[in-house]
Amino acid sequence: MSGRPHHTDPRLVAVVAAGGVVGTLARYGLNQVLPHPAGGLPVSTLTENLVGAFLLGVLLESLVRAGAEDRRRRVIRLGVGTGVLGGFTTWSSLAFEVQQLGAGGDVRLAAAYGVGSVVAGFVTCSLGVLLAASLRRPHGTEDDR
Amino acid sequence: MTVLLMALLGGAGAATRFVVDGWFRGRWSTRLPFATIVINTTGSLLLGFLGGALATGAVGPSVLVVAGTGFCGGYTTFSTAMVETVRLAQAGAYRRAVLNAFGSLVVTVAAAALGVALADVLLGR
Repeated sequence: MSGRPHHTDPRLVAVVAAGGVVGTLARYGLNQVLPHPAGGLPVSTLTENLVGAFLLGVLLESLVRAGAEDRRRRVIRLGVGTGVLGGFTTWSSLAFEVQQLGAGGDVRLAAAYGVGSVVAGFVTCSLGVLLAASLRRPHGTEDDR
Repeated sequence: MTVLLMALLGGAGAATRFVVDGWFRGRWSTRLPFATIVINTTGSLLLGFLGGALATGAVGPSVLVVAGTGFCGGYTTFSTAMVETVRLAQAGAYRRAVLNAFGSLVVTVAAAALGVALADVLLGR
């Protein structure tokens, strides 16, 4: 394996793109079934972002704890993490929805949605990291009971 | 057809994010995850412009689905921004974690508003 930066390797870019297609389709599908009332709380984007932040926390922490990154783990990290989960979650919709709610006159809901997304995203992502850490605790340490 | 194009542009958006992120990391080592901030800000600007263009009637709803839900959605990311914030907090850099999360929110909402205003000025009648 060469020391070439990952983002200049066309095969790895293709892996990310393929994951992005899957993540975008999943997000679109959820947008169709979850409520997204005009002027109301964008439940669909909020759900996608919180679920995605949790899962990326689980995935990346699991991979870090699995040891040095080999080719297989790199494809999983870039395909599932950067591609699927990166494509499944979205910041642009969050920003645009906050702007639209604020421009529509509901500044309190806009602020609650924006700040709430970030705070809840931090919490769910932390929970994902903690879950992966607890499942992947190295054997034979004093932490084992 | 719209859904297929949207999905493909979502893949293109994710690939663009991967390349922009790698390009940034290879050039600047910053105390904040600046690559993700730049990606989310430019993507929010573009989605604001598309949403504003829809409001002026310059483009139809399918353009917003394909380019907005597809490209902008695949290009920007909430999950990576959150993992980067958690990593800052884990490293004890609490102020930078707070700055990254809320600074990103303020800057990207401003970018979306700028995009809406630009579309109104350029495309509005």
